[in-house]
Amino acid sequence: MNPAPSIVFFTTASGAGYGLLFWLGLLRAFGLTPTSPAFGLTALVLALLLITAGLLSSLKHLGRPERAWRALSQWRSSWLSREGVAAILTYVPALLFGLGLLTGNGALIAVMGVLAAAGAVVTTWCTGMIYASLKPVRQWHQPMVPWGYLLFGAFCGAALLAALAAPWGQANLPAVLAALLGGGAIALKRAYWDAIDAPKPADAPSIESATGLGRIGRTRPLDPPHTEQNWLLREMGFRVARAHRAKLRRLTLGGFAIATVLALAALPLPGAAAALALLPAAAVALAAMLVERWLMFAEATHTVTLFYTGEG
Amino acid sequence: MTELPPPAAKKLGLVIDLDTCVGCHACATNCKEWNTGGHLGPLPDFNAYSAGAEGVWFNRVHSYEAGEGEEGRTVHFPRSCLHCETPSCVTVCPTGASYKRAEDGIVLVNTDTCIGCGLCAWACPYGARELDEDEGVMKKCTLCVDRIYNETIPEPQRQPACVITCPVGARHFGDLGDPTSKVSRLVAERGGYDLMPEMGYAPVNKYLPPREKPPMRAHSLEEAAPTGMDIKNPLLRWLDRALSR
Repeated sequence: MNPAPSIVFFTTASGAGYGLLFWLGLLRAFGLTPTSPAFGLTALVLALLLITAGLLSSLKHLGRPERAWRALSQWRSSWLSREGVAAILTYVPALLFGLGLLTGNGALIAVMGVLAAAGAVVTTWCTGMIYASLKPVRQWHQPMVPWGYLLFGAFCGAALLAALAAPWGQANLPAVLAALLGGGAIALKRAYWDAIDAPKPADAPSIESATGLGRIGRTRPLDPPHTEQNWLLREMGFRVARAHRAKLRRLTLGGFAIATVLALAALPLPGAAAALALLPAAAVALAAMLVERWLMFAEATHTVTLFYTGEG
Repeated sequence: MTELPPPAAKKLGLVIDLDTCVGCHACATNCKEWNTGGHLGPLPDFNAYSAGAEGVWFNRVHSYEAGEGEEGRTVHFPRSCLHCETPSCVTVCPTGASYKRAEDGIVLVNTDTCIGCGLCAWACPYGARELDEDEGVMKKCTLCVDRIYNETIPEPQRQPACVITCPVGARHFGDLGDPTSKVSRLVAERGGYDLMPEMGYAPVNKYLPPREKPPMRAHSLEEAAPTGMDIKNPLLRWLDRALSR
């Protein structure tokens, strides 16, 4: 599948933004973050900036962005529509949470913090389900995929929250969370790659089942329907070189590992010094996420390529 | 509305005979010709007269080799929308632009409300949908909805453009929901099948397999060996006869 930059940026930025909103809303509701309004508002603004930048970027992927509002109508059947609805609804508690921080209204902070956190989870889950519900893309049609979106968002969000909380000397809880989630992200990604690298089951779609010519015997393409490219091949026939894939996988895991180690290294350090470890931890986590998201697309194959190349 | 309508009795679709198809691409060409001025037209072309020419087509003809040795066959294989009974391209659509008609099962796109997100094309295992990058909306086979019900053209022509143009009669159009229809009987007689049935999309269009070849006549060794009469040159033929004595 073609790793469109607009979508790679969208899922990385919005994922991290919702992760930050989740931890901020949840931890602040229970008084587990710095209680200074300056901290809360800075973190909230960063979360909403990341979310909004990602959502705007996703509009660039549309052929007719001016009609995007229509995507809110089919939430009964479409995960993409549900994602849009959830994304917009989440702004309501997030902004009221901000109002609570501004006015120092503890009840508003607690209720809206929890609601905003729930909205972040629902939206990210919908994003993951858009991909996981697509049967023709075997690497996406995996139960691990939506959990991955949640885990990676929570990981980046915890890393960002830790970096922001460091100047207030209260970074330890989010730093521990970031380290735990970083370890989880490494384990999940490895399990995911094991699953998609495993030999395809015998009943998986093949050129024989796609054409029905398996009844005659082994089938292979002879003449293509067109000698030039088409949109299908550019969109769904994207292939990443095997050597690059291996390197990019190592880069992803390496980035997750460095962010995890930096988050742990910050634990014994006092406020400002911890920030020196936690800022790069957040930056490395986000950079590794960009690579992971690019690979998530580049490694995915679509059954339409069975018709063209016999492989999918 | 992208929720699927309740299953309808009428299931309009195509039956494609892979035994007869000669791979001439006339169906694809006439499809492009009709549809560029039809319901979902125009169908764009980019670099139409230079290297890198490409555009939107609703029908594309592949050719395959299947089987080995004497059992091997060359099969021409037109690929277009199968108007599935449970099409994910419809249910994933966030706007309701992609829909399945309750009255006859045709899957269509409303290009006035499509946002061009491309998710329906990702959801289609068969590559039936192509993005019109000029207009920014998705396009697909309409089963020539603007021909089959068109009262301004003579009745015999109220068939999809691909069907009416096929020079060998390899394409058939009809109601696959009616077990007594010509197309349903054809499917029953010839063992028509679904593409990628394991995906569970329940395609309406069916493909008829290439007929089995008659068994090869067994050649005996004597028959295969050349005789004196196979030698064309009269001088050599005389020499062969002289030496054989």
